[in-house]
Amino acid sequence: MASHGDVKHDYHLVNPSPWPVVGSLALFVMAIGAVVWMKGLGDSGLLAAKNPVIFFVGLAGVLVTMAGWWGDVIKEGQQGHHTPVVDIHLRYGMILFIASEVMFFVAWFWAYFEMAIFHEARSAWEIAGDPDVMKAWAHWPPPNVETFDPFHLPLINTLILLLSGTTVTWAHHALQQGDRKGAMWGLILTVALGCLFTYVQFAIEYPEAGFAFGNMGDTTTANLYGSTFFMATGFHGAHVIIGTIFLAVCLIRLLAGHFTPQKHFGFEAAAWYWHFVDVVWLFLFAFVYVTPKLAMEG
Amino acid sequence: MATNQTAHADEHAHGDHRPSPYNPLRWLFSTNHKDIGTMYLIFAIIAGVIGGAMSGLIRWELAEPGVQIFWGMADAGNLGTDKLFSVQMPDGSHKAIFGNEHGYNVMVTMHGLIMIFFMVMPAMIGGFGNWFVPLMIGAPDMAFPRMNNISFWLLPVAFALATISMLVPGGSMGQGFGGGWTLYAPLSTSQQLHGGPSMDLLILSLHIAGISSILGAINFIVTIFNMRAPGMTLHRMPLFVWSILVTVWLLLLSLPVLAGAITMLLTDRNFGTNFFNAAGGGDPVMYQHLFWFFGHPEVYILILPGFGIVSQIVSTFSKKPVFGYLGMAYAMVSIGVIGFIVWAHHMYTVGMGLELEAYFVAATMIIAVPTGIKIFSWIATMWGGSIDLKVPMLWAIGFIFLFTLGGVTGVVLANSGIDTVLHDTYYVVAHFHYVLSMGAVFAIFAGFYYWLPKMSGLKYSGLLGGLHFWIFFVGVNIIFFPQHFLGLQGMPRRYADYPDGFAYWNYVSSIGYAITAVGALVFFYMLLDMFVLRRRKLETAENASPWGEGATTLEWTLSSPPPFHQFNELPVVAEEKHH
Repeated sequence: MASHGDVKHDYHLVNPSPWPVVGSLALFVMAIGAVVWMKGLGDSGLLAAKNPVIFFVGLAGVLVTMAGWWGDVIKEGQQGHHTPVVDIHLRYGMILFIASEVMFFVAWFWAYFEMAIFHEARSAWEIAGDPDVMKAWAHWPPPNVETFDPFHLPLINTLILLLSGTTVTWAHHALQQGDRKGAMWGLILTVALGCLFTYVQFAIEYPEAGFAFGNMGDTTTANLYGSTFFMATGFHGAHVIIGTIFLAVCLIRLLAGHFTPQKHFGFEAAAWYWHFVDVVWLFLFAFVYVTPKLAMEG
Repeated sequence: MATNQTAHADEHAHGDHRPSPYNPLRWLFSTNHKDIGTMYLIFAIIAGVIGGAMSGLIRWELAEPGVQIFWGMADAGNLGTDKLFSVQMPDGSHKAIFGNEHGYNVMVTMHGLIMIFFMVMPAMIGGFGNWFVPLMIGAPDMAFPRMNNISFWLLPVAFALATISMLVPGGSMGQGFGGGWTLYAPLSTSQQLHGGPSMDLLILSLHIAGISSILGAINFIVTIFNMRAPGMTLHRMPLFVWSILVTVWLLLLSLPVLAGAITMLLTDRNFGTNFFNAAGGGDPVMYQHLFWFFGHPEVYILILPGFGIVSQIVSTFSKKPVFGYLGMAYAMVSIGVIGFIVWAHHMYTVGMGLELEAYFVAATMIIAVPTGIKIFSWIATMWGGSIDLKVPMLWAIGFIFLFTLGGVTGVVLANSGIDTVLHDTYYVVAHFHYVLSMGAVFAIFAGFYYWLPKMSGLKYSGLLGGLHFWIFFVGVNIIFFPQHFLGLQGMPRRYADYPDGFAYWNYVSSIGYAITAVGALVFFYMLLDMFVLRRRKLETAENASPWGEGATTLEWTLSSPPPFHQFNELPVVAEEKHH
């Protein structure tokens, strides 16, 4: 709270901070760097195509901003600025952030369902120079796509995530009971399960895919199935990694003694985020993994 | 709506710890909603000038048949070097600064994007929302003051990326992206037409502008839900706060879908995915669905805060509480909700099937009901009121008149049978400029003239403000009314040239632009007069409220300008007094 002794409310008037403007500049560098990396903005040197240097400089700036900014939030919380009303702000803020994330996944499911439900409409298309497309899309999934067996690796990953949902709840209950050790083990297990999921998905499942992600200008190996599958599950995977990092930070904060049985919103936010990631996976499992299998068998 | 019962004479004492405006860190590191609101307003003015200059180039090009200023990158030697905007290249040839007809399309594209994302939204939500939502609900600041600042600073970043996008290779046609503000695939994914880095920069620009808006939306929702002063129930909130609340919900729920759609564009362009590539089973029409699922709520995002501003002003200058307060509030809520289920009325010509078209026609028509409630309630508020035609009221009445006109052409276009003929003609251009550049922009000017004394503590010249209004009113109508005729005659959008038959009304339209530009100059002279030449402070008696008894919301209980941190002791809001 600012230096005013006569402030008679519990809101948090945050002190001026460099992070917003620093973070914005870093994001600018990162965006320019991304375009340089993909396309190039000059003929040689730093701006030449495929040069990732600028991108990573920007990314480093964004990461420093995140660490500095959220570090400040933690400090302010420890200093007692997070009064009950500010605590409610943080809760509403997290819920609304998750709501926006849900709408982001709506876009990817939209693309997926459009393909799954209206694929027959594609069989009526006439595409110059590519008559096979018509035939291919009369079936779903398209014939040159070998889908995953949902009750193999995907089921294992489903169980991993559901189990991690229980371990994070264990950690939460332990924390509320003042059982620091139980909370620690619950969190360690959750982080480990998150890492395991990421490993299974990216290191084992993805390389075995019977379809390609993308192939510039060549649609013989890559098609919309691969695009929607990899972008939807890939963005979910990215969110698992973010959630795992969030939980790992909470583990460190737990060990540092930041959380009390009464006040541990940082942990709760991470747990909410983790459950959100979990639910997205259940939708992915049901509709991206299981229903194509049923469609092929039925 | 509600009156403030407690006096705040002591506010002035500790509110004067105001940092110097010449300290750059005050602005760069700001966590103050009023400073951030001011930065948003200045940013919006700058973007508005740039976007407005672009529309000047558009009207210049269209003033006569044939190409005027976008005459090409070829050597103009045999065209004569007196061609407009000619520049001599190192090899001695003469080329057009603005390029060819593709350059014209780039101007049209960027004019749309700049006016929407960098002018109207920052002015209404970032500027007025930041300034007056906390003041009107009796809060000391926004819920997340630091996040508020990154919402602002991401905008110059996004604007810079969009500007750079105009200057780098777009594709085979030249620099920049010329596919329209909707960024439709396959034009935006075509390697041949837009394979250059220009479109990628534009995509990332919109990503960043979207992050800015989503963070702002979270901030406003939390502020409005949790920081209302004691007694300020939802049903006592000023209608401007209601309008911002509905607007930011639309932002929160629609922008992530746009983020997904343009991410698909990005991966289609750079990583070989096939979301919108028909040869790979993808569907370009799916892009239109995803885009307009965002795009239709977006057009309500642009106009809803204007509804709120106009409600405050009409009530103030009629010296009456707004007619049908609850109906007004829930009309905005229902416009917001229905706004999510009408998107495909932008796409009647894609061949979606009759049943679907019938649904979207019916759903779209329903929006006319809550909109009608608003229009008639404004009129009923004025009815029997003691009307004071001060400058903000002129703009507000101008808004009601011209927005209604744009709304009526909207009902025409809602019919898929009629729209099949008028789709992508100047009738559509006229329609959305009536609701935006005469609806949204008039509401912004109304709010600006209404709150400028409050924000600055200075008086402006009512004569100059009125002159600005009347020149603008005449100018914009001369620009856009003839475009209805052009559209009905079948003139399509987004072409640099047209047949001679369309010459007359195009010429009239361009004259209208010149008149409007004069109005803009009057506006800037008004600002110069107010802030530099005369700098007249509000007299002590009218310092808190220059608008008299009609202005009943909480911001008029504070000094002008308000203290750096207001409401250190929260105000208590009592039940409103009815007339």
